Amino acid sequence: MATFDMNDDNVVVVVGSGAGGGTLGAELAIKGVKTVILEAGGRHETEDFQNDEWGSFGQISWLDKRTTSGSWRVAKDFAGLPAWIVKAVGGSTTHWAGASLRFQEHEWKAKTTYGDVAGASLLDWPIDMAEMDPWYAKAEDRMGVTRTNGIPGLPGNNKYKVLEAGARKLGYKEVHTGRMAINSEPRDDRAACLQIGFCFQGCKSGAKWSTLVAEIPKGETTGNLEVRPNAQVLKIEHDDSGKVTGVLYADKDGKQHLQKARVVCVAGNSIESPRLLLNSASSKYPDGLANSSGMVGKNYMRHMTGSVYAVYDKPVNMYRGTTMAGIIQDESRHDPSRGFVGGYEMETLSLGLPFMAAFLDPGGWGKDFSWWMDNYENMAGMWLVGEDMPQEKNAITLHATEKDQHGLPVPNVHFDDHDNDIKMREHAFGQGEAVYKAAGAVKTFRTPPYPSTHNLGTNRMNAEAKDGVVNKHGQTHDIGNLFVSDGSQFTTGAAENPTLTIVALALRQADFIAGEMSKGNL
Amino acid sequence: MNSQTNLSRRAALKAAGAGLIVAGVGAGGLVFGHNNAWAAKAENLDADTFATLVQMSRDIYSHDRLEDKYYAAAVSGLDKAAKDDAALKALLSDGVAGLNKAAGGAYSGLSDADQRMALLKAMEGDGFFQKVRGNLVTGLYNNKEVWPLFGYEGASADKGGYIDRGFNDINWL
Repeated sequence: MATFDMNDDNVVVVVGSGAGGGTLGAELAIKGVKTVILEAGGRHETEDFQNDEWGSFGQISWLDKRTTSGSWRVAKDFAGLPAWIVKAVGGSTTHWAGASLRFQEHEWKAKTTYGDVAGASLLDWPIDMAEMDPWYAKAEDRMGVTRTNGIPGLPGNNKYKVLEAGARKLGYKEVHTGRMAINSEPRDDRAACLQIGFCFQGCKSGAKWSTLVAEIPKGETTGNLEVRPNAQVLKIEHDDSGKVTGVLYADKDGKQHLQKARVVCVAGNSIESPRLLLNSASSKYPDGLANSSGMVGKNYMRHMTGSVYAVYDKPVNMYRGTTMAGIIQDESRHDPSRGFVGGYEMETLSLGLPFMAAFLDPGGWGKDFSWWMDNYENMAGMWLVGEDMPQEKNAITLHATEKDQHGLPVPNVHFDDHDNDIKMREHAFGQGEAVYKAAGAVKTFRTPPYPSTHNLGTNRMNAEAKDGVVNKHGQTHDIGNLFVSDGSQFTTGAAENPTLTIVALALRQADFIAGEMSKGNL
Repeated sequence: MNSQTNLSRRAALKAAGAGLIVAGVGAGGLVFGHNNAWAAKAENLDADTFATLVQMSRDIYSHDRLEDKYYAAAVSGLDKAAKDDAALKALLSDGVAGLNKAAGGAYSGLSDADQRMALLKAMEGDGFFQKVRGNLVTGLYNNKEVWPLFGYEGASADKGGYIDRGFNDINWL
């Protein structure tokens, strides 16, 4: 592993080590580019992870102060925890479930396909399926996605079998154990899945792809990558010409350092990335960096979500085995006859007993709630995830008075469901319940959204600078050597779990940055 | 309820039928269950407050499969947290006083379970109720001793996961 000097102004600095930053940093290193990844959290390796929901939550979650506003239910149920994401090397790829789905062709053209949707700030992406296909192929190979590259699907576990039985009875056709970045057989020096059942807590067998176990080590062996954990970036610095020159960060003791940089790539997730750009405001850029459009922090998306749990009269033991290896894709199409635009996926999900108590019906108590907990071993669960509408008013802003441990304004996360989101959720709840009832459910329950895991869109990509933050390469319109490399680039959210697309965009961006550097443009 | 009540066996059975679990309190902060089914020691709260919180906890998340001692263990967590937290101690003490007042006597002696539930329902938006309920989410359901009673097996990596231990053993579909 390399070590670079603070004054080395030839390095690319990547802020964040998750799906976007971890992949980008490793790929740049593989291409010979000297790269420093600054990660706010600590480094916990595979053996450090815990098969314990609350224990793990305390170990890897991003728990720094955040506030919420808006009419979304998360603001009521989890006022201080708008997002369930990770502060650790590997970012939220340590926590993710592994679902790796490509966008559908029409989803790259949401504005054209859906037309004018009142209150929605829809745009078409400046890239399309033809452009992204090869990058998806590369990402799927890197991540070892099942049902691609000749990799067999994962075996169906108990909760999948329940989902599948109901789906078949309803006539759904696209039903399988998912396209998962979890090894169904040994691959890439990592073992096959042991059906441990704690995918969200950091995979203890190494079967699940994460930047921690798969990308960062590859980058480090090149000698071109340094990953600096416990390095919370506070501010991006720039010179008189407006180009960025380095980043100011705090180490684990709160001591501040300035790491110089040739290029800065921001990949701190869709809450921290815009927050960093806004907190980097200067006399030259009074509204924050890369914010001439005023769109930094705006158009926050978090996917339409919800869960359905069902109780059967016999055991399911849903906690046994891979959390999300089961999907129904029939509802992911765009079919406005259902009363909404866009589509949604239905994916298996399970929570352990401790998290079930916290998330099944937040705030719930009494006989009905106890009945559900009493039937825990007879429960099956699914997660509903679909495209939500971008709205300018849904935004990450800097809190007027609350400050973090470094004295910087904390982010406020504002979200109001769009009418389309509400209609889609109703439809999805209904179909989810129908699936489980078709398989013989005694009772079904509609669980409201968890804190956001898919945080998107707050530095969105657009061909024109006037209403987007970055161009089609994730390069900010305003500052040539400043990039955005995470899900905050998303122009629209599509129905699919976003990680595969974030990784594909990061691989493509690495190619662009390395190319521009060798041409002398960066 | 200022001293340990000596209930007859018949009275104890009647109390159990109503879901009442507190027999009484003794010296030194000791709190007793019926038929000595459980006992706990209030370290920081007074014993009556502690005893009422145990009854209230069972009423909030009532599970026939759980012995009363698990509710007492959850309340012990609150009791410990109250040691260096005067505001919490006051919240709990005042909350229990309010609950007893609403009950027209000792909440933990109210033999009509529906009446107890109605009292709790009327205060479910209060900070006191939410504190007691929130404490149970982890204090009760994250107690590893109760997991097997709900059929939850906990950690599995140390046992090789479920690949050879029933991840796909469903046989009734």
